[in-house]
Amino acid sequence: MIEVKSICKSFDSNVVIDNISTRFEKGRTNLVIGQSGSGKTVLLKCILGLYEVDSGEIYYNDREFTTMNDKKRKELRQEIGMVFQGGALFDSLTVEQNVQFPLDMFTYQTTKEKQSRVDFCLDHVNIKGAHKLYPSEISGGMKKRVAIARAIALNPKYLFCDEPNSGLDPETATRIDKLIQEITREFDITTIINTHDMNSVIEIGEMVLFISDGKKCWEGTKHEILNTPNNELNKFIFANKLYAQMKQGG
Amino acid sequence: MNFFSHVGRYFIMLKKVFARPERHKLYIRQLFHEIENLGVNSVGIVIIISLFIGGIMTIQFAYSMSNPIYPRNLIGLGTRDTLLLEFSSTMLALIMAGKIGSNITSEIGSMKVTEQIDSLETMGINSAGYLILPKIVAVVFIFPFLYIISVFFGLIGGLSVGPLVGVISLHDYLAGIKYLFEPYYATFSIIKSLFFGFLVASVPAYFGYYVQGGALEVGKASTKAVVNTNILILLFDLILTRLLLT
Repeated sequence: MIEVKSICKSFDSNVVIDNISTRFEKGRTNLVIGQSGSGKTVLLKCILGLYEVDSGEIYYNDREFTTMNDKKRKELRQEIGMVFQGGALFDSLTVEQNVQFPLDMFTYQTTKEKQSRVDFCLDHVNIKGAHKLYPSEISGGMKKRVAIARAIALNPKYLFCDEPNSGLDPETATRIDKLIQEITREFDITTIINTHDMNSVIEIGEMVLFISDGKKCWEGTKHEILNTPNNELNKFIFANKLYAQMKQGG
Repeated sequence: MNFFSHVGRYFIMLKKVFARPERHKLYIRQLFHEIENLGVNSVGIVIIISLFIGGIMTIQFAYSMSNPIYPRNLIGLGTRDTLLLEFSSTMLALIMAGKIGSNITSEIGSMKVTEQIDSLETMGINSAGYLILPKIVAVVFIFPFLYIISVFFGLIGGLSVGPLVGVISLHDYLAGIKYLFEPYYATFSIIKSLFFGFLVASVPAYFGYYVQGGALEVGKASTKAVVNTNILILLFDLILTRLLLT
């Protein structure tokens, strides 16, 4: 479980995160939604410690992250897997070397053990026959899946995904969503996904946090989201005509 | 950002760079990769440049010493001392700042804008240490060798071109390069090359590590890195020459 309490973050005089508090529960997919520029990525990076918050507290299972020293943070980060928007695979390493990288860095496993773990992770995300290819040689969808494989290589307790299906075709996007949900349930991890894709919300939004202009506007489940009276959220959802028609059709 | 902010941030980066590595084995593997990538792959261009410059300097010395009052072997001596004292250390460092420096900035800068550095940080890895330390160690290690290679091939360049174009005989050239040889010149230049190696790796790494934006900014950072490294090389050349040679 991850809990954030009244966190604020500004860049110069620009307030990007304004007093957000919420809980991200274990074993379910927690989605953070909002328009581009609403502060989703900054919120995620604050929780990860890539940006220091100006005020507020962040807890990872009762361990307060904001006051942790660098050494403790490093230890905690080994429990975190992160899937970046563009995949952020290391260009100079092959697919399997990318997945093996955290194992090389933080475990003392034998080469055979590491290879078996790499194969397991790549099988899990359905990557076959691409072990020796470089990131520049694979498609966008495959990059995302390899990034997920790398993120789960160390058996993380927390998984963060920043727009994991952006730039993908609808079928691949749904497959990625489902994959993240399966991994979350199977390994019982706390997953936070940033997205502005309503399809993802409807598919896997077990808990949805909507933010607008850096403020928390709404929180609920995918079942509640289409019938909410929240104007800001309705503007966001029903900007897509398909969802407006869905609502009209009941 | 003003000059002092850059200096402060540069030293903050260096503090991160020299922090204790997470896994020595991986850093050493990375070090060998960088020695090959930044050092061994530069040997060819160093040889070509040095051969040509050695030959050109011999012709120029011959031209400026055409007065029969000067002994002919001064042409060889002039070529040798210029190579030893300035060309193979300073001029070569300026050239390498363009080749190695822009390579380092664009590599690290691209990793920054594609979030690969953030990715390392979220894994709990000291990204500055992992990416920059092996580059600095590799370049500082390889620079004295590049200096020696450059001096050797510069002298070969003079030896080949001088007698070939008829500005000096082989005997006079060889006598010149052996005449009044001062070993301290080589020691002095090797010390300089260690400093220059550090600048050529660390300054471009700084510009790459803190780049923000996209591909355009990486290109601009690369240019800034080369310009600033060149200025610092010349500044340190002046300081070291004053301290070590006078």
